[in-house]
Amino acid sequence: MPKDTGIGAAPKRREDVRFLTGTGQYSDDISLVNQASAVFARSNVANGVIKSIDTTAAAAMPGVLAIFTGEDFVEVGGNPAGWLINSRDGEPMKEPKRPVLAHGKVRHVGDAYAAVIAETVEQAKDAVEAIEADIEELPAVINMKDALAGSNYVHDEIETNQCFDWGWIEDNRAATDEAIKNAHHVTTLDLVNNRLVPNAMEPRCSMANYNAAMNEYTLYTTSQNPHLTRLLISAFVLGIPENKLTVIAPDVGGGFGSKIYHYGEEALVLAAAKKLKRPVKWTSDRTEAFLTDAHGRDHVTTIELAMDKEGNFLAFRTETMANVGAYLSNFSTATPTFLHGTLMAGNYTVPLVYVNVKAVFTNTAPVDAYRGAGRPEATYSIERVIDKAAREIGMDPIELRRKNFVKPDQYPFGSAAGLEYDSGNYDALMDKMEDVADLAGFDARRAASEAKGLLRGRGVNAYIEACGIAPSNLVGILGSRVGLYDASTVRVNATGNISVMVGAHSHGQGHETAFPQIVAELLGVDAASVDIVHGDTSKIPFGMGTYGSRSLAVCGSAIVRATEKIIVKAKKIAAHMLEITDSEVEFNDGVFSAVGTNKTVSFGDVALKAYIPHDFPIDAIEPGLEETAFYDPANFTYPSGAYCCEVEVDPETGKVTVERMTAVDDFGNIVNPMIVTGQVHGGLGQGIGQALLENTVYDETGQLLNASYMDYTMPRADDLPFYAVDHSQGTACTHNPLGVKGCGEAGAIGSPPTVVNAVIDALQSGGNNVTHIDMPVSPLNVWTAIQNA
Amino acid sequence: MYELEIERPTTVADAVSALGGEAQLLGGGQTLIPTLKQRLADPEKLVSLSGIADMQGISASGDTVEIGGGTIHADVAADGTYAALSELASHIGDPAVRNRGTIGGSIANNDPAACYPAAALGSGATIVTNKREIAADDFFQGLFETALAEGEIVTAVKFPMPQQAKYIKFVQPASRFALVGVFVAKFADGVRVAVTGASNDGVYRWSEAEAALSADFSASALEGLTVSSDDMVTDLHGSAEYRAHLVKVMTARAVNAA
Repeated sequence: MPKDTGIGAAPKRREDVRFLTGTGQYSDDISLVNQASAVFARSNVANGVIKSIDTTAAAAMPGVLAIFTGEDFVEVGGNPAGWLINSRDGEPMKEPKRPVLAHGKVRHVGDAYAAVIAETVEQAKDAVEAIEADIEELPAVINMKDALAGSNYVHDEIETNQCFDWGWIEDNRAATDEAIKNAHHVTTLDLVNNRLVPNAMEPRCSMANYNAAMNEYTLYTTSQNPHLTRLLISAFVLGIPENKLTVIAPDVGGGFGSKIYHYGEEALVLAAAKKLKRPVKWTSDRTEAFLTDAHGRDHVTTIELAMDKEGNFLAFRTETMANVGAYLSNFSTATPTFLHGTLMAGNYTVPLVYVNVKAVFTNTAPVDAYRGAGRPEATYSIERVIDKAAREIGMDPIELRRKNFVKPDQYPFGSAAGLEYDSGNYDALMDKMEDVADLAGFDARRAASEAKGLLRGRGVNAYIEACGIAPSNLVGILGSRVGLYDASTVRVNATGNISVMVGAHSHGQGHETAFPQIVAELLGVDAASVDIVHGDTSKIPFGMGTYGSRSLAVCGSAIVRATEKIIVKAKKIAAHMLEITDSEVEFNDGVFSAVGTNKTVSFGDVALKAYIPHDFPIDAIEPGLEETAFYDPANFTYPSGAYCCEVEVDPETGKVTVERMTAVDDFGNIVNPMIVTGQVHGGLGQGIGQALLENTVYDETGQLLNASYMDYTMPRADDLPFYAVDHSQGTACTHNPLGVKGCGEAGAIGSPPTVVNAVIDALQSGGNNVTHIDMPVSPLNVWTAIQNA
Repeated sequence: MYELEIERPTTVADAVSALGGEAQLLGGGQTLIPTLKQRLADPEKLVSLSGIADMQGISASGDTVEIGGGTIHADVAADGTYAALSELASHIGDPAVRNRGTIGGSIANNDPAACYPAAALGSGATIVTNKREIAADDFFQGLFETALAEGEIVTAVKFPMPQQAKYIKFVQPASRFALVGVFVAKFADGVRVAVTGASNDGVYRWSEAEAALSADFSASALEGLTVSSDDMVTDLHGSAEYRAHLVKVMTARAVNAA
């Protein structure tokens, strides 16, 4: 077995050569002959009635080819929500239509109400400025509490701003209330999970081409899941038959969730390309990205933790308002519910969990899944309230967590929030974390910080998440309108090299390097002879794309299944070549041999034979060596971890510096440890960014106050420490063939509460009576908390 | 960006004659170019100053260092003649900004959170234009306001070099401009303290601190002073009270480090 390229090896990412040498090909790099440019007219008010749109002057501007308004899309469908949530009273959620272009009303700053197609971008921009839109501004609905209480509606036709009022687990509500009422100690915490702008390095871009002769469309777009985008456009929005629409997502410069969803700009360029019979491209600028990419998080929560007098957890109860923005994005109803409420038991044996989530429409950009998607919100609530509880009852925060951990002999473990955890060992993770983070040396480090006039704090965290999204049967019961399997085709070419078509899309995850390692391991070939094909609906069988740390667990499993089929077929061919029966063939390290003899044929011989089959028994062996598998997981996977953060706080300025960050994760089996480490690094950067730096601020009129990097604080290298990352404590997933769990989101899930816990610890060590600071724990917010303590 | 003309004169005189109508001077462009790209300004013509050799370079004579208006931050950072000024320049923006942005452009723009105005005011610099010399005390006149007349070009800035000086800034986390920046300079005849980033009126001198430090150049001399939060900026990254507090903290740190 080629251990230098198979499972467990750490080859460098082959895709990085083109990324680092500037030869990647992103959507905006693709230009077609006779291409025109689209620019959108976007609302500068958060809520307004479109009285009239006069495009006469704009249409006469130089280079203008066409102008579209909402009127042009009245007959086509809306962009749908992918997940139906029912309220506690059984009523289905409210689903107001999300049109291609705003019609009747604009509902957030940046909402597009018209689009100009012109020969050049600058001409289109000039014409957009010449559109005379009479939009009567209305008071904006921004604050969620006010939105629920008031009668000013984002969508007049539904006569409420509440999308749904969801209870989980509703049958446990009364018992949870009772447990909290009777508990020895209840810790309560009000917190905000701050709203984030995804800020992928590459802004969105969509270009459509229409071939009138064939009545065929091609859409090049920044997507994490081109098949899902095709399905939504075909089945719901424009009705283009799937076999007439190819969606290509070439190199994509980061998504973090924001490029899962179908956006109106994609439909617009398709319609425009057909009308003009010319390619039409739109590329988002950074301001548009701030205003229109689906944002993340934005929960306002009250959480209560009930304990007995020994510190055993009795119940978690949360009340959450989740902002969905002005329109439902494709996953926005799943994120605060089944990706959040089902995780509210954490790593703990707590017997009762009740979660109430009210999803609220506001005049802000849509909010949807963003790296972690619901699970960071759950982890943050749980791990912050546990830390507060530990302080209140005077117990060490690690001891309190350990006391309530699910133990290794309890798997499979049915959590009080309705999931079945298949494997894990939370104490082993905590043990390892204590070692890697050198907790024993903390007191000395604190003394050294204090000698410099700085406060030092230590925060810990234990998290669990559900990923490998998702078992279609289960999510169907829970309201998902699609199954969440994935697919792969393994094509062995005649000369023995291999193309693997995959439904997962790689936009930073390193699939082009990691996936070949799986095939290399199973077939005993060099990974260098295996190439991954992704991101093109005309080339790959089907796929639900990349999100929810699912690519390896779901698509990787499909690759295993397809490769296993290849081996079965190849054995038949080998048996024929060796003149023995199928059952007498052994396959090891890329060589087929006849049991008990020295007769062998290599994998390459079999591949060639498959395509030049002059003597195959016509009824028994088909020519060719290509197999497809669809893989539907039996359960979610459950990565978990123990994190530790040490911070220094300057009490004079409130500035927090992350000095040490330790992440010990259980990702199950590991295919490429270097890529896993990189994924954790990226997640930690985003998690520390959320904890210390990032926030998305709308004023009461609905203007986004920090819609640029001059005011929106992205984490930079010098904001981050060197990380200590360990994934040696893996417990294999029990239900997928690789035993893998998924690592893409963990860092962003585990780190925010760890950082905030550390800051609170630092402030308390300085005698400041501060029990909570909402994220971002910015210098201003820390200093203000100290002043108010 | 809207369509515009651009001229690249090689002398100050040519630059002056190129101005007129809706023309706009272009220094290093680190503020103006992003503004144009966002279509927030629509000049008919840009007159670039970057080709004027007479506005480039740094020269020292006696206790004065003179920096051409077209000198980029990276060159000032590398020079070191006036150490506190070079250190300030080395922390403006990022390498790309420092290799395009110019001292003349920064001073003429007078962004209320920029660093150079604090150095000029704190050092008691003289701003040299194509028409006259203007004392820094008279030059900075509020947010983005200066004593420059229409068509007047900052050709150089003359800094008297103090005995001790230090600039400390507490950065606005996103832009990394100064949330509060304090330039302290100790001369034989007294101490000057200039504050940027904090006030609604732009860069200003903190006269109480100057008096206290002129009597006793130590951080402890500041202890009894209070900074009013009236007229301080409030925004996402700092309340008026926070900025007022930071003025004192940063001044003390500058004195300690000077």
